[in-house]
Amino acid sequence: MTTSATLPVYKKKDFQSDQDVRWCPGCGDYAILSAVQSVFPELGVPKEKFVVVSGIGCSSRFPYYMNTFGFHTIHGRAPALATGIKIARPDLEVWLATGDGDALSIGGNHTIHMLRRNVGIKVLLFNNRIYGLTKGQYSPTSELGKRAKSTPYGSLDRPFQPLSLALGAEATFVARSVDIFQPHLKTVLRKAAAHTGSAFVEVLQNCNIFNDGAWETLTEKGLRDEHTIVLEHGSPLVFGKERDKGIRLNGLDLEVVKLEGGVSEGDLLVHDERNPNPAYAFLLSRMDADLGFPTPIGVLRAVDAPCYEEDIAEQMRAVTEKKGEGDLAALLHAGDTWEVK
Amino acid sequence: MTTTAEAPPRQQEILEAAVIRFAGDSGDGMQITGNQFTNTAALFGNDLATFPDYPAEIRAPAGTLPGVSGFQVHFGAREINTPGDSVDALIAMNPAALKVNLPDLKTSAILIVNIDNFKDIDLRKAQVKMNPLEDHSLDGYRLFPVELTKLTRAALRDVGLDTRSQDRCKNFFALGMCYWLFSRTLEATERWLDEKFGSKPVLAEANKLALKAGYAYCGATEAFQVRYEVPPAHLPPGVYRNLSGNVALSLGFVAASRKSGRPLFLGSYPITPASDILHALAPLKEFGVVTFQAEDEIAAITAAIGASYTGSLALTATSGPGMALKAEALGLATIVELPLVVVNVQRGGPSTGLPTKTEQADLFQALFGRNSEAPLPVLAASSPGDCFWVALEASRLALKYMLPVIVLTDGYLANGAEPWRIPELDDLGEIPVTLRTEIEGFEPYARDPKTLARPWAVPGTPGLEHRVGGLEKQDGSGNVSYDALNHERMVRLRAAKVEALTADIPDVVPAGDPDGDLLVVGWGSTHGGITAALRPVRQAGHRVGHVHLRHLNPLPPNLGAVLKRYRQVLVPELNLGQLAWVLRAKYLVDTVSYCKVQGKPFKQSELKARMEEILAEGKGR
Repeated sequence: MTTSATLPVYKKKDFQSDQDVRWCPGCGDYAILSAVQSVFPELGVPKEKFVVVSGIGCSSRFPYYMNTFGFHTIHGRAPALATGIKIARPDLEVWLATGDGDALSIGGNHTIHMLRRNVGIKVLLFNNRIYGLTKGQYSPTSELGKRAKSTPYGSLDRPFQPLSLALGAEATFVARSVDIFQPHLKTVLRKAAAHTGSAFVEVLQNCNIFNDGAWETLTEKGLRDEHTIVLEHGSPLVFGKERDKGIRLNGLDLEVVKLEGGVSEGDLLVHDERNPNPAYAFLLSRMDADLGFPTPIGVLRAVDAPCYEEDIAEQMRAVTEKKGEGDLAALLHAGDTWEVK
Repeated sequence: MTTTAEAPPRQQEILEAAVIRFAGDSGDGMQITGNQFTNTAALFGNDLATFPDYPAEIRAPAGTLPGVSGFQVHFGAREINTPGDSVDALIAMNPAALKVNLPDLKTSAILIVNIDNFKDIDLRKAQVKMNPLEDHSLDGYRLFPVELTKLTRAALRDVGLDTRSQDRCKNFFALGMCYWLFSRTLEATERWLDEKFGSKPVLAEANKLALKAGYAYCGATEAFQVRYEVPPAHLPPGVYRNLSGNVALSLGFVAASRKSGRPLFLGSYPITPASDILHALAPLKEFGVVTFQAEDEIAAITAAIGASYTGSLALTATSGPGMALKAEALGLATIVELPLVVVNVQRGGPSTGLPTKTEQADLFQALFGRNSEAPLPVLAASSPGDCFWVALEASRLALKYMLPVIVLTDGYLANGAEPWRIPELDDLGEIPVTLRTEIEGFEPYARDPKTLARPWAVPGTPGLEHRVGGLEKQDGSGNVSYDALNHERMVRLRAAKVEALTADIPDVVPAGDPDGDLLVVGWGSTHGGITAALRPVRQAGHRVGHVHLRHLNPLPPNLGAVLKRYRQVLVPELNLGQLAWVLRAKYLVDTVSYCKVQGKPFKQSELKARMEEILAEGKGR
């Protein structure tokens, strides 16, 4: 990309900080860090304009490893702090690294309100379905019945589906990828970067210490093609190693069909990430492996909508144009005044 | 009412000061009425102080005791320090308002009562058994029973409003009566009505008619034999306006933004009694002010920290319960060493407590309410107008020392009003701010040798990319460090930075006597009450001084020495003795507490009595 003649040509190492990365060996976070460091140089954004913000948790150590401006905040509050950054300085490229506990439990409120406002922040939700940094408690995305340190007889709370939640919160860009699917992850990151407004990306990530194999059925080489479906805008929803299966609309439900007998690609849903009706993306987000569905990866929804920080700036411009630049002396003298001699 | 009748001759009495209170249902418009009377008194040149007192419910059941809303104005030809201990004139719109406010009336006070609201059902709602208008319980007052509702309706007969809308104008009839009684003109209120109802001229007309009718009624009826006059006060020369603490505070931050060249960012979540700060700043977009109504108190402060990180003068405003929610984020702002001003408009607590009532019980919370060692500067405003100067001062300190600063005001200051001398822009002082741009030698946690402030290196500055966060920082580089000795060093550095502020804090100079029998130490909104009480006590021959603390952390450099110049130290506070506790701990001085926790300010008489008591006890020692 050549958006600016003076922009230096960046390499991946320009975005690597001098700090030792301290995730556990084998952690999925390394792969996500590598993908982000690979994609940032391509975005045509001066390095000093990137701000990486995070909350608390393993994933939230992310900013320390990025050679950009970075802010490691407090548990759950990163979306709110990042909102302040983006409102105050819309020209900055704000990315947010968070986890399933950080974004969906303690920070659930901030997450939904950031998405509702459509603040121009790119969110990477590292979903490993476990609390790692506090050493292995179940999380709001853990499957029902999860046995963890705090749930020796199995968890009783029903999990969130992060993408359903994001869609319910009016998110304008919703996508999913997987830590180890590097080319796919990079593609999704590029698309998130290109979106104006909030971009919510769930990255399925393995915690090899406390929840090893969290997404094994999706990621194992032999099973991958059967258990995932790659969403491509304008293409029918086809999957399977032999590309012999697809997703069809049946009433208000989706169903898996085999492309055989009388069923052809023409009967399948054609993926439309720009569908203005969020119900479509919501249906995709509900595709549950336990019900025999492949897990959709890629961009579920990407629609244009006004973004908050630009509206704020525009309102300020309009009011200033109408009233003129603020005059402090006049403001102090506003209303009824009287003089004492 | 006839216009041809000759107005009866009246006696004109000149008063040095008077206290008037408007009381009615929370839907009766008593706050507006009080504000209008205040504004007119201010424009006339009186010094004044106000005390709005309203319930936490927006519309409690009509006519009941919990629904009573009151507004008190103390205005005078002399210096006015408090809203007044007791009331010279009460306007009571119903039996509940009468019952609630009667205990505060002076003997032979003027009592104007809307008798149209004294039917049996009204008396029952107010839990009054006997009609006070008939049982001689009001004999000690100058009672004026007025058919306020009927007279208002009669005045508005031809305006074309339904009865309900006509009745909503009756507060202006009452106001018109008070204007006549205190020899005031109607212009300012008429002007205000025109502006307020610009799009609904019929309502402006109706209210103006009610106002005039109330004024004319007093002139026409022979019941009112005396008219009062309260001449203008001798205030220092200058241009004045009347303003409340919350508005003053907001203006102070806009001024600080201009003087520092940093855009103002307010993150806020609605909370009584702080919301008016958000209301005052939200329209000021042409001043580059960004107001962000966040999803909660925590988002309000963290968004402000985000804005501060990018170079804004960042502010968050709340009350006690919101302050509690912000505590963790305040710790973050402390460790990342970014400028931030946090305003706590204190109210009665704990928990939801008394949302619309005043209290000073959040001093400990401000001083200590964070995990670990996280001392912060704490400032307190002493009058509505002083809120402006404290906002300016807090912003200056936050920007100079790169740290969060807490400002304490309270419900009484926030809603109370006083005449405020408008400063010249040159009087505001400059607030120099330098953003770091130099790459050579940049370290995020390098420090200015005097202020110990770290550089403000905002995102977007080429070559200064660095990381900050809530993990302990290595001195200098700002990298994450778990080193034991570095941690202690950083804890001490953060504390030393707060102490370094002492260089910016002037010595206290006691009002009254510089040494002697008794020193009264106060902070915040008790300033007016203590000032007013001190005068007669000193006139009685006692040597008494008054120190009012604006800086509660760090404390003024000479305070310890000043405390020792008096035989006794009295600390009046609207809490259970929090400042007294601090003074005892810090200076090993035997202070005497005078505490009141009733959701109301001290009365001048209470303070005076307590001072006299202490002085009498002291004599015996």
